[in-house]
Amino acid sequence: MSNPKNPTSSPMSNMVGESWVTTKLEVLEDWAQRNSFWPFPFGTACCAIEFMSTVSSHYDVARFGSEVVRFSPRQSDVLLVAGTINDKMAPVLKKIYDQMADPKWVISMGACACSGGFYRAYHVMQGIDEVIPVDVYVPGCPPTPEGLIYGILQLKEKVLRDRRKHARHDAKEQSEPDKETIERVDAGSTV
Amino acid sequence: MSTLAPPSETLPEVSPAVSEETATDFTAAAADLAVILATGKFPAGSITAVPENAGLDQTTWIVDRDVLFDLAGELKTNPATRYDMLLDLCGVDYPDRAERFEAVYHLLSLPRNARLRLKVPLQEDDAAVPSLIAVWKGIDWFERELWDMFGIRVDGHPNMRRILCHEGFQGHPLRKDYDAARRWILTEDKIYQPKFNLSEGGDDLFERMAINIGPSHPAMHGTFRLMAILDGETITASEVEIGYLHRCFEKMAETHTWNQVIPYTDRLNYCSSFINNVGYCKTVEKLLNVEVPPRAVWARTILSEFSRIMDHCVCNGTTLVDTGGLTNFWYLFQPREEIYGLLESCCGARLTVSYGRIGGLSQDLPPDFMERSRKLLEMIPPLVADAEKLVDKNRIWIDRSVGVSAISGEEAVNWGWTGPCLRASGVAYDVRRAHPYDLYDTLDWEVPVLFGGDVYDRFRIRMMEIKESLKIIRQLLDRGMPEGPYIVDDPHVALPPKEACYTQMEAMIYHFKLVMDGIQVPAGETYQMVEGANGELGFYVISDGTGKPYRIKVRPPCFPIFSTFPRLINGGALSDAIATLGGLNVIAGELER
Repeated sequence: MSNPKNPTSSPMSNMVGESWVTTKLEVLEDWAQRNSFWPFPFGTACCAIEFMSTVSSHYDVARFGSEVVRFSPRQSDVLLVAGTINDKMAPVLKKIYDQMADPKWVISMGACACSGGFYRAYHVMQGIDEVIPVDVYVPGCPPTPEGLIYGILQLKEKVLRDRRKHARHDAKEQSEPDKETIERVDAGSTV
Repeated sequence: MSTLAPPSETLPEVSPAVSEETATDFTAAAADLAVILATGKFPAGSITAVPENAGLDQTTWIVDRDVLFDLAGELKTNPATRYDMLLDLCGVDYPDRAERFEAVYHLLSLPRNARLRLKVPLQEDDAAVPSLIAVWKGIDWFERELWDMFGIRVDGHPNMRRILCHEGFQGHPLRKDYDAARRWILTEDKIYQPKFNLSEGGDDLFERMAINIGPSHPAMHGTFRLMAILDGETITASEVEIGYLHRCFEKMAETHTWNQVIPYTDRLNYCSSFINNVGYCKTVEKLLNVEVPPRAVWARTILSEFSRIMDHCVCNGTTLVDTGGLTNFWYLFQPREEIYGLLESCCGARLTVSYGRIGGLSQDLPPDFMERSRKLLEMIPPLVADAEKLVDKNRIWIDRSVGVSAISGEEAVNWGWTGPCLRASGVAYDVRRAHPYDLYDTLDWEVPVLFGGDVYDRFRIRMMEIKESLKIIRQLLDRGMPEGPYIVDDPHVALPPKEACYTQMEAMIYHFKLVMDGIQVPAGETYQMVEGANGELGFYVISDGTGKPYRIKVRPPCFPIFSTFPRLINGGALSDAIATLGGLNVIAGELER
């Protein structure tokens, strides 16, 4: 938002009033993305019950912008795997992941999804990373809602970090460093 | 036995309720063999009773498989026996015996409140039993499981294929020579596709459509797969596929010590995990013949009832979500959060508590247990009432639930139903009343019964049971917390106190032995049940005297209930199927173990 003590008088502000922001498109996109994940809850077992707690009024994951639960892979960008995935479910999980559009991330919630947990057994996959890539592993059996929320916040960090990495990478290629814009948007202040 | 609602006019028949005079005796079946043999239909030697002094907990017969089918029919229809419900069927593998396998049937006679166990020994090279679907419909999935887990063929079964393991699986995992960690990969091409006949029944070919719902579908609760044929909006044929959460509980139990099994039991019905703890611990305590101290029994009863409330809240909450009432879900989750707080103060965990131990509890109750519980008693009723008020007279909810997927008491018994779903169909069977355990026979409470047998009554009965549970808890709190230890004082069963382990050699040795070798449970077998949140939760446990269970079979209440699903939804609208599923309270962890 522009500073009221120092109103800008550019042609732009004349057109759209005082509330305007300049930034790069990808930075804006990234800012929007990491503050409003639309999770696909792939809930199968006990962890799904704790996921329900997390979205319910007590813990209210809406505070972190991740409450718009979507059960269609086409409409979601975070695959939240909550519960044991066994060998019968594995092809289903893989298919759901493949159907999601980029950019997409995966949170593996709970010991079973991370590693098979204490089911070293004939029908249980020993971690979903056997079939799909995972961005954030949330430990616990099941994790507490606080743990899951922490995982979601970690994913936010990761999205930003990846973006910066890419930005640096792009910058090197273009030999035109432009970190400043990113930093400013990140700190909440805008031009 | 009181009923809280008058019989409705649409479903007049009322299955015989358990009368209190005949209650509580496992040996009620002792004289049945004479009755059966007196019919003259069975050749001498084909049925033998295990003598009473063999130390078994309930009447057990060894049955020749050639007479099994006729015997089953006779046991069900003979007015002197009337075994109207098949509770459980499981296999047991004894590789050292000449007859390697054993198929074990657990029967229950509701009118007589008698229990009977049938064992059918089978040779390895000819392991097959006749299908009993014609006698008890509820045996359907149990028979498929018998094939899946043990490779025991069931002759005459209409749909003999694997049920829990996937289609690419090789071998039969519960055989003793199967390696617990040997996995098989399922490839896309092997995934089961039902062969529906689209032109079957009816003439309107153009409107027919085959649809698949799930397993990754919110209305299927993430783990069930429904395949159906639709004629317009009406389901004309359907099939259910499960196994998407089969995580090998029974095999895991055989590879862990007795106390290590407790965390696995948490994850059966994870909506009310403490009840599973209690059920399992009671079974092993029965084998060990230890008496649980009064303080632990008191706490177990209270926490079981709190768990039941939690379970009913989540069941009713999700039923309403599935029918479009999201607000109720937020309301009904709040009591859960409050009860989580109590459980967390007891043992540190919210959901999967592992608070029970063989012989008592894992640790003492917190000092503010009474205070917290009393607060919960005040807090829960208004929250539940709020949620109830939202739908009580709600036109949409009533239209979608009254008369939907109704089932009569008699039919429900035939399908092996227990718990709230059965009581919503007019049968007042509750394990807490029929076979009282812990403190239930000393308390004043009622078994709510409704007669509609539909989605609406299954919802209402849970609301009524929440109130009964609160009544039970209130009485127990008024009695006061019994003093004394929270776990049995027996170093062969319970770990010695920590101070003693640090200061006394003997205590340290006991601790070491218990941790390294586990409890040494004497050889034997037993079946023990508790009233789980969705029905009779039974554990059939066999010990061979070592530190690990030889076989644990869980009698999952929702397994026979969910096998009825196609029968319930066929002929109804697709949206009715969605409304039905939530009210059955099928918990995948328990269903598939």
